[in-house]
Amino acid sequence: MKKKRIDNLQLLNWELTETVVFQKQYLLLGGFAFLILLIYILRMWHLQVLQGASYRYQSENNRIRLEDIPAPRGIIFDRNGVPLVENRPAYHVLLIREDVRDMDQTLRELARLCGRNPADFWNVIEANKQTPRFVPLRLASDLDRDCLARIEAHRVRLPGVVIQLEPKREYIWNGTAAHVVGYLSEITETELKGEQYQGYYAGEDVGKFGVEGAYEKYLHGKRGGRQVEVDAIGRRMRLLDEVLPISGRNLWLTVDIELQRKAEELLEGKIGAIVAVDVNNGAILAMASKPTFDQEKFIRGLSRDEWQALSRDPDHPLLNRCIGANYPPGSTYKPIVAMAALKEGVLTEQTVFNCPGFLQFTDRKYRCWRSHGHGSVDMERALVQSCDVYFYQAGLRLGVDRIAHTANLFGLGEKPGTGLNGELAGLIPTAAWKKSATGVPWQKGETLSISIGQGFDLVTPLQMAVAYAAIANGGNLWQPHIVGRIEGGSSADTAEIKGTLKRKIAIDRRIFDIVRKGLFGVVQDDRGTAHGIRDKSVLIAGKTGTAQVVRIADGVDFKVAARALKQKDRDHAWFVGYAPADNPQIVVAALVEHGGHGASVASPLVQKIILTYMANGAKNHSK
Amino acid sequence: MIDRRLVENFDWYIIWVLMAVVAIGLLSVYSAVYPQIQANPARNLFLKQVLWLSLGFVVMFCSLLVDYQQLKLASVWLYGGVLILLVAVLVVGRDVNGSRRWLEIAGFQFQPSELMKVVIVIQLATYFSSQEVTPHPPLRQLIAPAIMVVVPVLLILAEPDLGTAISVLAVSGTLIFFMGIRWKYLGAMFLGIIPLLVPVWEHVLKPYQKRRILILLRPDLDPLGAGYHIRQSKIAIGSGMLWGKGFLKGTQNKLHFLPEKHTDFIFSVWAEEWGFIGCFVLLALFALLVVLALRVARRSKDRYGSLLVVGVTSLLIWQVLINIGMVIGLLPVVGITLPFVSYGGSSLITLCLAIGIIENVSMRRYVFQMR
Repeated sequence: MKKKRIDNLQLLNWELTETVVFQKQYLLLGGFAFLILLIYILRMWHLQVLQGASYRYQSENNRIRLEDIPAPRGIIFDRNGVPLVENRPAYHVLLIREDVRDMDQTLRELARLCGRNPADFWNVIEANKQTPRFVPLRLASDLDRDCLARIEAHRVRLPGVVIQLEPKREYIWNGTAAHVVGYLSEITETELKGEQYQGYYAGEDVGKFGVEGAYEKYLHGKRGGRQVEVDAIGRRMRLLDEVLPISGRNLWLTVDIELQRKAEELLEGKIGAIVAVDVNNGAILAMASKPTFDQEKFIRGLSRDEWQALSRDPDHPLLNRCIGANYPPGSTYKPIVAMAALKEGVLTEQTVFNCPGFLQFTDRKYRCWRSHGHGSVDMERALVQSCDVYFYQAGLRLGVDRIAHTANLFGLGEKPGTGLNGELAGLIPTAAWKKSATGVPWQKGETLSISIGQGFDLVTPLQMAVAYAAIANGGNLWQPHIVGRIEGGSSADTAEIKGTLKRKIAIDRRIFDIVRKGLFGVVQDDRGTAHGIRDKSVLIAGKTGTAQVVRIADGVDFKVAARALKQKDRDHAWFVGYAPADNPQIVVAALVEHGGHGASVASPLVQKIILTYMANGAKNHSK
Repeated sequence: MIDRRLVENFDWYIIWVLMAVVAIGLLSVYSAVYPQIQANPARNLFLKQVLWLSLGFVVMFCSLLVDYQQLKLASVWLYGGVLILLVAVLVVGRDVNGSRRWLEIAGFQFQPSELMKVVIVIQLATYFSSQEVTPHPPLRQLIAPAIMVVVPVLLILAEPDLGTAISVLAVSGTLIFFMGIRWKYLGAMFLGIIPLLVPVWEHVLKPYQKRRILILLRPDLDPLGAGYHIRQSKIAIGSGMLWGKGFLKGTQNKLHFLPEKHTDFIFSVWAEEWGFIGCFVLLALFALLVVLALRVARRSKDRYGSLLVVGVTSLLIWQVLINIGMVIGLLPVVGITLPFVSYGGSSLITLCLAIGIIENVSMRRYVFQMR
């Protein structure tokens, strides 16, 4: 009874104070809704009754369609403005099924004109059964001129057939700098859904590798389109609206095509890599990797078999060996160990060790490459003659972690940061790394191996070039870059890319001088391991390396063993050099897989690159 | 629990009108997804829609068992819970076309932002029905509701889901207006915001954001996107003429010219196949629904019931007006569905809850209950 009264009071309270206010609001709200609905009814009357016939006509006879206008991709130039990749027009045959009168006859006619089998076309149509019928299907890509002319002449009889123009990549120097320039391929379903490719359309080409891949967002541009009214057989009647495409931005590489071609020519018939870097800003002047591949093939569209042949080729033609392959550095690592020893103060320039041709450590003999030994050697001679025993001694005094510390300062063990896909970081072992990676603690004997760039040590040719550049320029570690300028396209301004200094290596200048003296002697001293490439015109300095692939058992003579080894077990040949020695400008790293001796195989390659560069490259460079 | 009195006061007219709208919706969705069903019978969106509807009706009738007065107590929890879901969607939501709106729980996907449309009504109604708040509330009583609205709206905008954010704002605005807003506040708000627009436009918005807003207002600036859709939508509607092309005979819709034809643009499918007559009937049904709902609000026994019903009715009104306005090219294209007609589970469940609230208030409009 009490509850009833409370409710009753509430009711009274509600009615008395508020009904008047709210009554007005109901009318306002309802009236507002009615007013708008009335406007809508009038609009509907206008659209459906007054203009209905016109819209009915449009829906039945004329149709409004969207046509793509593809954006031309940015052009890639070399450092001197020589185009490496351009665009050419490609013509495709599209079919709008909705406009086709007699599918069978149209396809037969089209097949005859293109010289193809109608069954291929039927397959395309079968595969796209679920696509709306007004969406154009691409029946044939990249027609040749004759075929195009024949179709154009017969188009009146082929309603629904449309010729589409699309800019396609044209590689001016096909196969040259293929790993640098990279390739394109059609965007996949999963990529279309991804964050990276927002605003992309099915069927577009995207850069997948090399600069084409790394600079996709600059090169791509933005496609345009037009809204057109077409008649019953698909002919364009009226342009309703148009959005012009924005072309991609052009890239100027730091690569010099002449130097690049020279490098690839030198590697002809070999498997290996040559990379040349500007000592003073980290610009990559040439980046050659052999074997290479045919970029045009990617544009024409690789068949499944072709792709498998490429990707399963034991010589890995798609691999950019300059950045994407790890090799033991061999003796080219010795300058880094020398740096570490001098920096940590475990050795001085004058420290002398005796090399009897081996070092007895625990129960094993660690051999020097020269079996009868170097006699007593100091730091400079150890570098000049690449004495292994000297560096064993240095390594024992340093320990693995201090070597790793210095190697890391020179950018070894980290990705160089060119932005190209597939960059590897190499491996500079530490005691902690080995424990966590293998579960076995570091063995002292392993320190001996890594001191001469064997064992766990792994580097890429580009890392070595950049590290040597830092030795040559007195401690500036540059982040290597491959694009020097971005211009044109969506923005009027030109972005010049200067090198980025990764770090200033805090090592005393005198230590750099000592190591550089050794590297100078390697080429300029009569006893130097690379004195064969000495040239009067340019003073070259550098270091040879012969990286063991298979360890040769104790007591077997090196030379005999080398001859007996099969190709795939032979050593990798290395040379990393810079020039001119007194004012370094270019550093070149060359690696020949299973090439044998660094001195005889790799060093002449570096010499020729340096001579080419100094003869004409330097001139261009200074422009 | 449910006595005879409650059943007597159940408003069957609302249910009949709703059934008619639902029937129109099912016909339209069937027609819109018909080509898809034929191409791929395994993915039948029509059957899914029927399932969602059945679930929606079950939810609606279950909600009737609870006296709406209980919502006063539950309001804060509901509101807080949905807010947490809105934050969760930003963190772990599923990306669809560049926005995060969907939350997946046990294989079911739903949009928490849809739920917020009803929950904000419950929350605001609870606040406004408290004893302290009087009609024509002074400014200090409007601060709390303003915060209650702005927080979820910002979260929804972050997804981004402009359409739902607009719905939430519109519904809240209607409720505040309904409490009787003083003209001087409206004027002050207007004068306060206008001078801010210019600097925000010039300095805060990025060029692509400006472009989006401009396209919203003028679709012809984007002839390959929104402009194209509006043109196609107008052709579809216009070509229906007086009597329509007939069920399943629409061509614009069959040819996939229309984007989102089974969700946001469903009205143009209906208009093409059933013509002006069909459109008139649909709009009349919506108008009838609004009248019936407002009648329930007017007869409610207390302020709380009235506010609840006015809130959910305004949700219905705004969605209908904005959706149809954009499809016929009078309003900017924002993603808002047509209630009970468009395809979509979260939206259907939310709207069924809304109708449930209206019926709930209608059933319990008499105070003298013997238990």
